[in-house]
Amino acid sequence: MFVYADNAATTKIRPAALKVYQEVSEKFFGNPSSLHSAGQRAKEELERCRQAVANILGCEAKEIYFTSGGSESDNQAIESAARAGARKGKRKIVSTAIEHHAVLHTLKKLEKEGFEVVLLPVGKNGIVSLDEAKKEIDENTCLVSVMLANNEIGTIQPVEEIGGYCRALGVPFHTDAVQAVGHMPVNVKDLHCDYLALSAHKFGGPRGVGALYARTGAPLSNLIEGGAQERGKRAGTENLPAIAAMTEALQESVKNLPEYMKRVSALRDKLIGNLSKIEHCALNGDSVRRLCGNVSFCFEGIEGESLLLLLDDKGICASSGSACTSGSLDPSHVLLAIGRVHDVAHGSLRLSLSEDTTEEEIDYMSEEIPKVVSYLRSISPVWRDLQEGRRSFIL
Amino acid sequence: MSLYSEKVMDHFKHPRNVGVIENPDGVGEVGNAKCGDIMKIYLKIDGDIISDVKFETFGCGSAIASSSMATELIKGKPLKDALALTNKAVAEALDGLPAYKMHCSVLAEEAIRAAILDYYKKHNLPYDPELFKECDHEHDHDGHEGGDGE
Repeated sequence: MFVYADNAATTKIRPAALKVYQEVSEKFFGNPSSLHSAGQRAKEELERCRQAVANILGCEAKEIYFTSGGSESDNQAIESAARAGARKGKRKIVSTAIEHHAVLHTLKKLEKEGFEVVLLPVGKNGIVSLDEAKKEIDENTCLVSVMLANNEIGTIQPVEEIGGYCRALGVPFHTDAVQAVGHMPVNVKDLHCDYLALSAHKFGGPRGVGALYARTGAPLSNLIEGGAQERGKRAGTENLPAIAAMTEALQESVKNLPEYMKRVSALRDKLIGNLSKIEHCALNGDSVRRLCGNVSFCFEGIEGESLLLLLDDKGICASSGSACTSGSLDPSHVLLAIGRVHDVAHGSLRLSLSEDTTEEEIDYMSEEIPKVVSYLRSISPVWRDLQEGRRSFIL
Repeated sequence: MSLYSEKVMDHFKHPRNVGVIENPDGVGEVGNAKCGDIMKIYLKIDGDIISDVKFETFGCGSAIASSSMATELIKGKPLKDALALTNKAVAEALDGLPAYKMHCSVLAEEAIRAAILDYYKKHNLPYDPELFKECDHEHDHDGHEGGDGE
C-alpha cells in the first residue's frame, strides 16, 4: 500500500489546478505587461485571479501581491515592516519560538542589523498566549509576527486575539498562514492582520507560487527590483499559469471546507487514538486546537530518521523533526519549544493527511507504525536501558 | 531513497549481528541520546580472536548500517585487526556515506575500541594506552536545516 502522509511538506497538485495550468499556458501566453491584445488578455486573467484570491481572503484585489511562495511572502512582509519601523526609530520585533525558518531566519538577519527580536515562548500545548504577547508589545515594536498554524505540530495560534490587540495599538501585524490557508477558514479582517503569507503547494496548487496580502497603507518595500509588475512591489514577469492554478486550487479547497475539515479531523483523531496506544509515546501539540490533518508524536527510545526510512519501505511517506533528518545537530526547534528534551525530540514522527486520505490508509498506518516502532526499540540500547531501569522514562 | 547507497540500505534494513551477547567478554557504548545516536557493541573473545560480536543501536539509518558493517568487518578477526579498523574503512565498505553522516562511522570505530578496552580491563590484560586515547567523536553535522519549505 502507498500512503502519502506528508501533505504539510507539499501536496499533490489538484487535477483541476493542473488543467487550468495547461489551459492558461496555452490561452494566455502573452506577457501581462505588453500593450497588445495577447498581453492584455493575460493581464485580465491575472486580475481575475487576484480578485478571486481577494474574495476568499476577505480583502481588496489591490491588497494581493503574487510571489514565488510562502518564504518570499514572509520575507517581504517582515523586511517591509522592519524597514518602515526603523525609519521611525522603532526597532523591536515580537514573534514566537515556533515560527517557520522563513520567519526565524529573516528575524535573525534583522537582529544582526541591530533590531531587537523577542521570541515568545509557547506552552506545552504548543500555543502562544495573548498575555505573553502583551508583556512584550510596546511603543518600540515595529512588527509582531505570529503564525496561524504550526507546520510541525499543527497547533492553531490565537492570531485573532493577538492581531486585534496589535490593531488597537497600531502595531503592524503579520501572520504566516502557509499551513492554514485551504485547511481552515482564513479571513484577513477576522485576523486583524496587516500582512499574511500563503503558499499554493500546501493546498493542491503548484510549487513556486504564493501570495502576500498587504493591507492598504501597510508599508511594502521590494525584495526584487526590475519592473512595474505587482504594482511596482514585485518585479518579474508574472507566473500566470501558476497563479491561475493556485487560484483554482484555492477556490476548490475552500468550497467544501467545513465537510473536508470534519471528515479529515475524524481520520486524524482515529489515527491519534490508535497511535496513542503505543507505550511511552506522546502527542505533540494541543489535541483540539490543531490543523485537521496534523498528527505528530514523539516515541521514546528510537530515532526519527530510521523510523522514516522503514516506514518508507512500507510505502508510508512521513516526516520527522529528528536532527538526523535535517543535517543539523539539534532536533526541531518547535519540539524543543514545547518542552520535549533532545532524547525524545529525536524520536518524532509527523503524519499530515489530506482530503485524499482514506479510512484504509489510516488503518494501514495504525497497523504498521507500532510494528516499526517496536522493531526499532528491540535493537535500541536506549530502550533496553529504559526497560531494565538504568534510564528513566520521560514519556 | 537515494540519500544512501544500496549497501547502506541493505545493512540498515537487514542488519547483521544485531542483538545482545549474554556474559560478554567486553562491552562498549558510545554516543549519547541527546545527540540522537548511541551504539553498543558486545564481544565474545576466544584467545585473540573475536569469536562473536553483537550490537544495539539507537540512531539514524546510517548509524544502524555502520554498526552492522563494522561488526561484519571484525567478526572472526584477531583483536589487532579490529583495533586497526578505521571509520573510513567502515564507510568505504558501505560504498560511502553522505558527508554529514560520517560521524556514524566514527561512532562504530569508537564503539569497537571501547568494547576491546573493556575486555582488556575486565581481564586485567596489558594494553597500549596509546591505542585508546580519548578522542571526542566529531559531530560534524553542520549543514542545512531541514523543513517543509514554504
